[in-house]
Amino acid sequence: MSVRASILAVLTMGECHGYQLRQEIESRTGGSWQINIGQIYSTLERLERDGLVESAGSNEQGQTRYRATATGSVEAQLWLTSAIEASPEARNELAMKLALAVTIPGCDVEKLVHAQRVQTMRTLQVLTATKRDVDQNDPAELPWLLVADLNIFNCEAELRWLEHIEGTLARSAARGLNPNQTLSQPAKRGRPTKTN
Amino acid sequence: MSKVLLELIDVQKTYGTGENEVHALRGASLQVKAGELVAIMGASGSGKSTLLTIAGGLEVPTTGDVRVLDSSLPTLKPTQLATLRRQTIGYVFQDFNLIPSLTVIENVALPLELDGMKVRKARKAALDALVSMEIGELANRFPDEISGGQRQRVAIARSFVGPRQVLLADEPTGALDSKTSEAVIRALRKRIDAGIAGVLVTHDAKLAAWADRILVIRDGQIVEEISNNITPEQFGA
Repeated sequence: MSVRASILAVLTMGECHGYQLRQEIESRTGGSWQINIGQIYSTLERLERDGLVESAGSNEQGQTRYRATATGSVEAQLWLTSAIEASPEARNELAMKLALAVTIPGCDVEKLVHAQRVQTMRTLQVLTATKRDVDQNDPAELPWLLVADLNIFNCEAELRWLEHIEGTLARSAARGLNPNQTLSQPAKRGRPTKTN
Repeated sequence: MSKVLLELIDVQKTYGTGENEVHALRGASLQVKAGELVAIMGASGSGKSTLLTIAGGLEVPTTGDVRVLDSSLPTLKPTQLATLRRQTIGYVFQDFNLIPSLTVIENVALPLELDGMKVRKARKAALDALVSMEIGELANRFPDEISGGQRQRVAIARSFVGPRQVLLADEPTGALDSKTSEAVIRALRKRIDAGIAGVLVTHDAKLAAWADRILVIRDGQIVEEISNNITPEQFGA
């Protein structure tokens, strides 16, 4: 997630100091993204070094205010209007856990998939129940609704994936296909054994 | 404590005999209270639609009891059952089932008029139902003049018009896009919250998540219940 681009995007609307930037980003993402204040300041320093933001003086409390330079504004616009590359998320914890589980003897993968389906369905219920109570006509709720919908669709996608792999596992078992469950021979390469 | 409006007690349904015998339901039990929406999920052929048709008195269970309000459906005479179905139970299907030659308001008023209600009174009740679905302005249009989402809202309005207290929906948003689906389930949920008991059969998890309880049916048996009686904090939502 680009802290740098998000800071630039907020600064295209006017001058802000560091803490204010943190609050703006948090409220504009439906409270779903809380950035460490230290990260905000260090990013501002790098942006200033790269000529994308500049200091606009200090306020009464002595806080430095920043604004986007012309180059910074162009970069923010580019970020806001371009698609991001699909994230492979190949190391998604659940996928990795299931991939490992099918190779480890004694793991009840079917039970694991089932437990995950129930858990994800409950999460989907909670998200939906919360969304039900939100006033759809309140513009202040819009950022939260957008993020909530993403989480809802992600839950749905995960449930469809889990249902699909349940079938895959059942078919594999029916055909007697079992991944190699034994440890492979240690590679000869690597650090030599210490000798005293 | 809300009243139980619909109850299935150890319902079994068998089709065919001998080698061709199929057990569609193998002892399904279920209670739905006023203001409660229960979703039934399961794979194709799991028995979920059979459960809905039996709950609505469209089919008779082989054994077991179905109680709607205080009546036991299997013990009713056909005419009594037809009256109870017409007055108490509303159905919503995937394909809307509106009569194309009748206007929207005529479609919604039809069950009341068939039940002997005066036309003016029936139309008034129908208009109230349409207004509650936020489609009062479509009253005089014909079904082919409105969108799919609007047609399904008409079908929902028809399902609860008059004194009906039990709403049964079979894949009500199956033919709709995601945005329209949400508007339809939101409208349906609003009616349930007003004190109707609802059962929703679906394979769509996003839709089922609008229910208070989700029952999973497999091989004709309810094998699991997922309830949202948990706090969001438990899941870090």
